[in-house]
Amino acid sequence: MRSLGNIRRSFAPWSDANAKAMISIRNVTKRFGDFTAVDNLSLDIYEREFFALLGASGCGKSTLLRMLAGFETPNEGAILLDGVDLTGVPPYRRPLNMMFQSYALFPHMTVADNVGFGLKQEKMAKPAIAERVAQMLKLVKMSEFAGRKPHQLSGGQRQRVALARALAKQPKVLLLDEPLGALDKKLREETQFELTDLQYDLGLTFVVVTHDQEEAMTMADRIAVMDAGQIRQVATPAEVYEAPNSRFVADFIGSINLFDGEVTRSDAALTELQSPEGFALRMVDGQSRGIGSDLTLGLRPEKIAVTHTKPNSGVNAVEGEVWDLAYLGDMSIFHVKLDSGKIIKASVVNASRSGSEVFTYHDRVWLSFAEDAGVVLER
Amino acid sequence: MNRHWSGFNIVSVVVGFAFLYIPILLLIIYSFNESRLVTVWAGFSTRWYGEMLRNQALLDAAWVTLRVALVSATAATLLGTLAAVVLVRVTRFRGRLLFSGMVFAPLVMPEVITGLSLLLLFIAMNLDRTIFTVMLAHTTFSMCFVAVVVQSRLVTFDRSLEEAAQDLGCTPLKAFLTVTLPVIAPAVIAGWMLAFTLSLDDLVIASFTSGSGATTLPMRIYSQVRLGVTPEINAVCTVLIALVTTAVIIASVINKRSMVQRERAEQLARAG
Repeated sequence: MRSLGNIRRSFAPWSDANAKAMISIRNVTKRFGDFTAVDNLSLDIYEREFFALLGASGCGKSTLLRMLAGFETPNEGAILLDGVDLTGVPPYRRPLNMMFQSYALFPHMTVADNVGFGLKQEKMAKPAIAERVAQMLKLVKMSEFAGRKPHQLSGGQRQRVALARALAKQPKVLLLDEPLGALDKKLREETQFELTDLQYDLGLTFVVVTHDQEEAMTMADRIAVMDAGQIRQVATPAEVYEAPNSRFVADFIGSINLFDGEVTRSDAALTELQSPEGFALRMVDGQSRGIGSDLTLGLRPEKIAVTHTKPNSGVNAVEGEVWDLAYLGDMSIFHVKLDSGKIIKASVVNASRSGSEVFTYHDRVWLSFAEDAGVVLER
Repeated sequence: MNRHWSGFNIVSVVVGFAFLYIPILLLIIYSFNESRLVTVWAGFSTRWYGEMLRNQALLDAAWVTLRVALVSATAATLLGTLAAVVLVRVTRFRGRLLFSGMVFAPLVMPEVITGLSLLLLFIAMNLDRTIFTVMLAHTTFSMCFVAVVVQSRLVTFDRSLEEAAQDLGCTPLKAFLTVTLPVIAPAVIAGWMLAFTLSLDDLVIASFTSGSGATTLPMRIYSQVRLGVTPEINAVCTVLIALVTTAVIIASVINKRSMVQRERAEQLARAG
């Protein structure tokens, strides 16, 4: 497969046929009355992996996580951890711990007591508990807050305590339910990298549930895009973004322009579409398509160039009128209205402080893109 | 909110409170009356309080009442809390509506009916009416009050706290005892106090369900009053009022304080 994105991963047990999955979810179905929350879902998660379950609310991702933790029992199928069936094992006997969305810190206990709670249940000796608690609080940089009660902490501090508490028992797998959902944007961005560093340093397996794709892309080794109780695609962030396997995934991750068209020419190297808007699209596809079949080209906004003059090649170029403009600092967003009325989104990186070309509303502009910029999606 | 004290407002408040509290105030004042005649003021004295303490029948009744109140309040708190947990947690089970209706029906059930039905039950069971039957009866009617108080607290209790405890190695029972109970303790204590005061001043149900040797204080007072009101009774009642008032104030302060704390914590959480 072609390499996607500009980050290469050395850690990829999922592409190794001999690697054994740590968590194996096999044909799991969970129904609540008439509603099927998780529908015949199978998934393998590997040791030391940072795995993200991504989806809109109600897609079943939280239910799946709760089944891993043991708070819900699957109606069908099984969940295996290191080859051992977890079905019927209550939450308090599972070697995984969970960090809750609301953090669920015990309000009547100090930070230290919260972190030591799980160890106390294990009947660990008091000095050993104190030592581990100190170690955990140091890990999350909360040592000076050991004596405080949860209501005396800020949201970010609570998040750290919740993390320390979930890590204190040294679980094989840590489950995180929207771990950064309650934090403001800036703090969230910092914490994302802290979490990945922590996961890497401790060598743990993390399974995180999130509705925030940026969060999933930043942190995860692999992302499972979920919808209606099923997994639509499991892949690395770059693959999910650059090579979505369906219109749903393409549309769900980031923003994308979709061009429908009919195949007019196709061989192993190139495929050409004729769009109903009246222009030809040529792209590298890698497989031969049937002439006359309907396909969709997905094109990310940042892969479109905006110019005043018609590009020399003349292929993959279309003219339109600047309809909306937004200057975001690091980049500018263009909404260009084609003559057919279709609005195309394009984003241009502001690499220099003064723009090389200046655009304004109602300018006639040319949109163009390379032959390998788009992704072919079946309809 | 209207901050102005218009003439109408002042009159309303004065009339309302006078209506409520003049009888009680009179009772308290006359408990310090020197005279044997209840309605003739003859100077300040604490004589009747001394007299009260020498009245063995009255003291015995007070002791019975105290024991009944302690036992029934504790039992009612236990049962009421359990009922509240089920009502809040198990949102869907067959007959839930019926169950919740039946838990709360005694709140509005006329006491005469509760008392009479319990009496009939005890007779049918061939149970001798003693202090034990009074305790049972008081537990029955006060547990629903506890259930209401505890339920209103449990509704806002974050269920994930209990799940977190289980996740960290507690069995469900242990999670309830180590996490849920301490957090909802103020409501449970308030419920206990409410049950205690309800038991303390109940006359009707106790009259139906008690037998010889188990005369409660309200029953004792009632029977003495029928022979004529003495200032001694006023003294007993004043002590009772003081007790009940204290208990109610403590219960509401505990509840209020934990509510304020909770709100502050929630505000902080939102701000943080």
